[in-house]
Amino acid sequence: MASSPYFSLAVLFVAALGFGLAPLGLAWLWARVFSPQKPNAVKNAIYECGLESKGDAWLQFRSAYYLYGIIFLIFDVEAVFLLPFAVAFTGLGAAACAAMLIFVLLLVEGLAWAWAKGVLTWQ
Amino acid sequence: MAVDQNLKIELGKQGIFVTTIEELYNWGRRSSVWPMQFGLACCAIEMIATTMARYDLARFGAEVFRPSPRQADLMIVSGTVTKKMAPQVVRLYNQMAEPRYVIAMGACAISGGPFKQGYNVLKGIDRYIPVDVHIPGCPPRPEALIQAFMTLQKKIDGQHLTGDDRPRHLDPNAQGEFPVPEQGEHDLEPPSNPGVWPVPITIR
Repeated sequence: MASSPYFSLAVLFVAALGFGLAPLGLAWLWARVFSPQKPNAVKNAIYECGLESKGDAWLQFRSAYYLYGIIFLIFDVEAVFLLPFAVAFTGLGAAACAAMLIFVLLLVEGLAWAWAKGVLTWQ
Repeated sequence: MAVDQNLKIELGKQGIFVTTIEELYNWGRRSSVWPMQFGLACCAIEMIATTMARYDLARFGAEVFRPSPRQADLMIVSGTVTKKMAPQVVRLYNQMAEPRYVIAMGACAISGGPFKQGYNVLKGIDRYIPVDVHIPGCPPRPEALIQAFMTLQKKIDGQHLTGDDRPRHLDPNAQGEFPVPEQGEHDLEPPSNPGVWPVPITIR
């Protein structure tokens, strides 16, 4: 077995594993053997910045909110692109203005479609 | 059995390093005290300054301010503890892992300070939780906090693994839960924890 060319690799692998696991094992041993645990209700309570947590954290959000999130993106992305466009407006050629208008048109089209579908009215 | 100090120095001169498990253990503990990241008032500004480059609390191994009490060893009560805030502070102390230490920073945290006569200020956080180091000052300078920190390190260093002065986490009988006060009609209920702070007897 020792003559196998992979023997040294196996030894290194076991050493590496021990190097990683030994501190964990020692820490576990120390916690189990030497430090008595003193749990209580306050200590085990959910950490809520010192306040008592009220209710359940597993809340459900209305799916309608998801639609609003998507439509908000229209205005969000539009504003991000409109600002540099407006700043550089005087130095732009006709082709750049046309490209920007097409981009805005696409977004407006999406908004108009959402509006026509009645998504903007809160249900 | 601890090695005689003079023998240790003599051996050190010969290039032999002698130590005990207790010394190594306490060296590790005192060099990695992680304070909890929370501030209450103006003292917190000094506490923040202490951690920054100019005063550099990192030299003492305490630069990692933990945002959760589960990972913190040290609570620096920096600032005025109002009666509204006191239950939260005590609850956070309860939620810290053992061993836990407390530095009461500034006049307000140790006694109520300039607001002692106020109806809404706790007259010292040591009414509810055991404080290891008190720092006077309004606010104390970063040097004072560093000095308090070194005092705490000395205290940790002096704790033995066995016996009466062992750290709280090695003592099965040490008090684990410190009751969280509640808002009463006129004051916090109870107004103090008698196990931590003996109520002085008024002699008229």
